[in-house]
Amino acid sequence: MQDKCGLFFCSYRAESALFPSGFQRACLAAFLLALVIIPLGINSYYVSILCLMNIAVIGAVSLNLLTGLCGQISLGHGAFFGVGAYTAGILAAKGVPFLLVLPASGAVAAMAGMAFGLPSLRLKGIYLAIASLAAQLILEYVFLHWESMTGGSNGLMLMAPEIFGLKFDSDIKMFYLTLGVAALTVLAVSNITRTRPGRAFVAIRDHYLSAEIVGVNLFAGKLQAFGLSSFLAGVGGCLWAHYTNFITPEQFNIGLSINYLAMIIIGGLGSVLGAIFGAVFLTVLPEALNAVAALAGQMLGGDPTASLAALKGGVFGLVLTLFLIFEPDGLAQRWRMAKAYWKLYPFAH
Amino acid sequence: MPLLDVSDVTLTFKGIAALVSVCFQVEEGQIVSLIGPNGAGKTSMLNCISGRYHPEAGSITLGGSELLTVPTHRRTSMGLSRTFQNIALFRGLSVLDNLMVGRHAQLKYGLLSSILYFGAARRAEDAHRRRVEEIIDFLNLSPYRHQPAGLLPYGLQKRVELGRALAAEPRLLLLDEPMAGMNLEETEDMARFVLDINEEWGLTVLLVEHDMGVVMNISHQVVVLDFGQVLAQGAPEAVQADPKVLAAYLGSEDATFLGR
Ligand SMILES: Nc1ncnc2c1ncn2[C@@H]1O[C@H](COP(=O)(O)OP(=O)(O)O)[C@@H](O)[C@H]1O
Ligand SMILES: [Mg+2]
Repeated sequence: MQDKCGLFFCSYRAESALFPSGFQRACLAAFLLALVIIPLGINSYYVSILCLMNIAVIGAVSLNLLTGLCGQISLGHGAFFGVGAYTAGILAAKGVPFLLVLPASGAVAAMAGMAFGLPSLRLKGIYLAIASLAAQLILEYVFLHWESMTGGSNGLMLMAPEIFGLKFDSDIKMFYLTLGVAALTVLAVSNITRTRPGRAFVAIRDHYLSAEIVGVNLFAGKLQAFGLSSFLAGVGGCLWAHYTNFITPEQFNIGLSINYLAMIIIGGLGSVLGAIFGAVFLTVLPEALNAVAALAGQMLGGDPTASLAALKGGVFGLVLTLFLIFEPDGLAQRWRMAKAYWKLYPFAH
Repeated sequence: MPLLDVSDVTLTFKGIAALVSVCFQVEEGQIVSLIGPNGAGKTSMLNCISGRYHPEAGSITLGGSELLTVPTHRRTSMGLSRTFQNIALFRGLSVLDNLMVGRHAQLKYGLLSSILYFGAARRAEDAHRRRVEEIIDFLNLSPYRHQPAGLLPYGLQKRVELGRALAAEPRLLLLDEPMAGMNLEETEDMARFVLDINEEWGLTVLLVEHDMGVVMNISHQVVVLDFGQVLAQGAPEAVQADPKVLAAYLGSEDATFLGR
């Protein structure tokens, strides 16, 4: 009996599948099953981290669509996420059902994203980054000062979301909700990536003159990227608002935008899988640092909290710098190399 | 009626004329070469046709319809595509995807269909992929189809760019120095491809090329530009013997090819 060596495709469709081999599909199924089961058996503190991870995945994957794929640097992603969160807070307070609030948050964020994306038609690279920074600051100002809508520095309260009478009022229920939305987001972005609009985004990023020659409308393409990316960010923001039950302007400051940028850089620009890796990594990192700090505190005695907080920021910066130096192509590239290694094992060179 | 009709096109950069009342025609089914010394305005002419530059005066029609009033990205669906003098590929995309982007104007399914990757999007992707694979086979690019275009050697990148232009299914193909920087073998391959495209696929080609051997061999018509003006046009032999052309090329490296 002979087993096939390597993958052979009998149709273009089979080859372009997201998970071409049966083994890959089995791994994915096992992974999803584990994701569904594991939260049932762990402490709710860990479940809450998993929730944050799901939301971070939505934020990172959506920013990756704009910055990694289409090449439009944005320092305002956190603010668009915030627009989604505030839209959710305002609509939920008016009694709008969650199933409508979710897409509406995305839609309002998309409009904001496209409006602030207009400068991208003229600006590139670092200049665009500065323009998006302006968007971030303007939106932060609106969150803080449009008190009649946003509650200003007092913030907004939200109730647990409810779908058809089912209340998502525990970490574990929120976990399943955020996991579902994150999975749909990843699927949607993967599909965009491998079809016409996704290729057009990369074309705009890699050579905009050629993109125009093959018939890509640069104006429409960039706006579409801004719209899609901020729509998904808004959806993420809506989940965040419903998860924390309380939103204030400083949750959506420039730090959040930079965090998302760091996620996609660490994960690997332009790769959906990379954005997921980056989101998971940067959600776990602070928690891991906390754990280490607590441990060190026990061993040293005394109260090291204050100095450790400063240390956390330093370590975060250090990790980012080390990644830029040693893994410029991100975690996704490392993953591809590991896969290639095991595929050829033990004959890897 | 000629397929391409360039009439009285004038283009200036900050008062300096790059093209001065340029007139020429390209008949359907022909290979027409645009030649001239460096800086004569050949690339500028192609840029006016493809929409990168906007001439101050004149008119350019393709199959009878005016091109100059049409935005650049719409000219693709009117039957125009081109390659660039310097490689202008999408470096991060595979060879296959570079050619698939070439079909952007023909793929018509909407965003929702693409997000769901179902129905129209899936059928269109499959059908267009089949055609793109034919072009890849024709250009002998099969072994590289999944490699990122940016990592291929220069000669192959030039070929991928030709493939991307072909994927747009143009009526008129503009080639800006497709053989520049190539060795003899690669030049011959490229000349073969251009001939096949013209003879077997029936595409009309407007070629800018410095290699006079190739130009004189494969062109039906030659247009000579010098300082932004048309110096001569006609059959290759006639142009080659034109004293004005010889004078313009005197002292340049191309003079030898013209029989000097
Ligand atoms: N974007 C531009 N800005 C200013 N001058 C230009 C530009 N493009 C071309 N030119 C000028 O127009 C003339 C023709 O250039 P070009 O069309 O590239 O020549 P060729 O392709 O025949 O070598 C040159 O003098 C060149 O300097
Ligand atoms: Mg030129």
